[in-house]
Amino acid sequence: MSADEQALSPIPGVSLALRGPAPSRVVAGFGFWLFLLSDIIIFAALFATYSVLSGSTAGGPSAAELFDKRHVFMETLCLLASSVTCGFGLLALHRTDTRALYFWMGITFVLGACFLTMEGKEFAGMVAAGAGPSHSAFLSAFFTLVGTHGLHVSLGLVWLLVMLLQVATLGFRPMVSRRFFCFALFWHALDIVWVGVFTIVYLGAK
Amino acid sequence: MDMQVQPQGQAPGVDPGEQHGARSYLIGLMYAVALTLASFWAATTPLVYAPAVPVLLAVLAIAQMGVHVSFFLHISSAPDQANNFLSLAFGVFVSAFVVFGSMMIMANLNHNMMPMDELTKMQR
Repeated sequence: MSADEQALSPIPGVSLALRGPAPSRVVAGFGFWLFLLSDIIIFAALFATYSVLSGSTAGGPSAAELFDKRHVFMETLCLLASSVTCGFGLLALHRTDTRALYFWMGITFVLGACFLTMEGKEFAGMVAAGAGPSHSAFLSAFFTLVGTHGLHVSLGLVWLLVMLLQVATLGFRPMVSRRFFCFALFWHALDIVWVGVFTIVYLGAK
Repeated sequence: MDMQVQPQGQAPGVDPGEQHGARSYLIGLMYAVALTLASFWAATTPLVYAPAVPVLLAVLAIAQMGVHVSFFLHISSAPDQANNFLSLAFGVFVSAFVVFGSMMIMANLNHNMMPMDELTKMQR
């Protein structure tokens, strides 16, 4: 038994192989973490597509002409704040404090919905101005990348609602906390993807 | 929430110092807002040498992703996080491989392409 294993062992002298499976919370969390990493690899492929096609505007508007940095900054703040309130909600979940959980997760939901509304407005404005996804390869790549992120946020909001309903009907069962915990991981991961989006798509616009 | 070290490793997202409560999220928020402001400043300011701006933006973005991973997702290189950390490293490796590999191949193909006007002349 190595020194590291010895340090980790709650029962000294019992080797790792004899200690049985990990608790479901660890198994579920780790499995979901692997799913998130594979999701990030999907985004990596979309980022690669966008970087390759961002110059192919086919005579249409270019990235620098289309994007409003102030608007994107507000979107970024919404998502960032919602990530932190989601963290506070998770702490409330650990304390099994129902009111604090509803409060923080409610704010998370509102901030997420604000983000989606702003993004929807931006998309609608672009389509109305004739810069829809069918106009050029650049715009197709843009709508695919940013739209996939937006789709993830919408699914996250649906998931959050379902989790709040489960807390209301089932209470703080281990199963419910596990799922809520996975939701928090998902929400934080979406924020990380957004850092890539605003840097490469909006700030890197030439 | 049990505070003891898990022998089979810890789930990602679990704050080892959870007794600090909200502190880690608040510190993370502070860093993240500062880095976001810095990115938006770098993209608009005339003070930074223009060809260096993309590099500065990349550095700031990678720093912010690091802040999110350590302060919000609570991933660290602690011994009971070895599984989470190694899978993260693999994910980063594959993502970088896909992004930089695609960009390199496409830049090379573009470089070897006949210029567009020559191509249209040949088709006539």
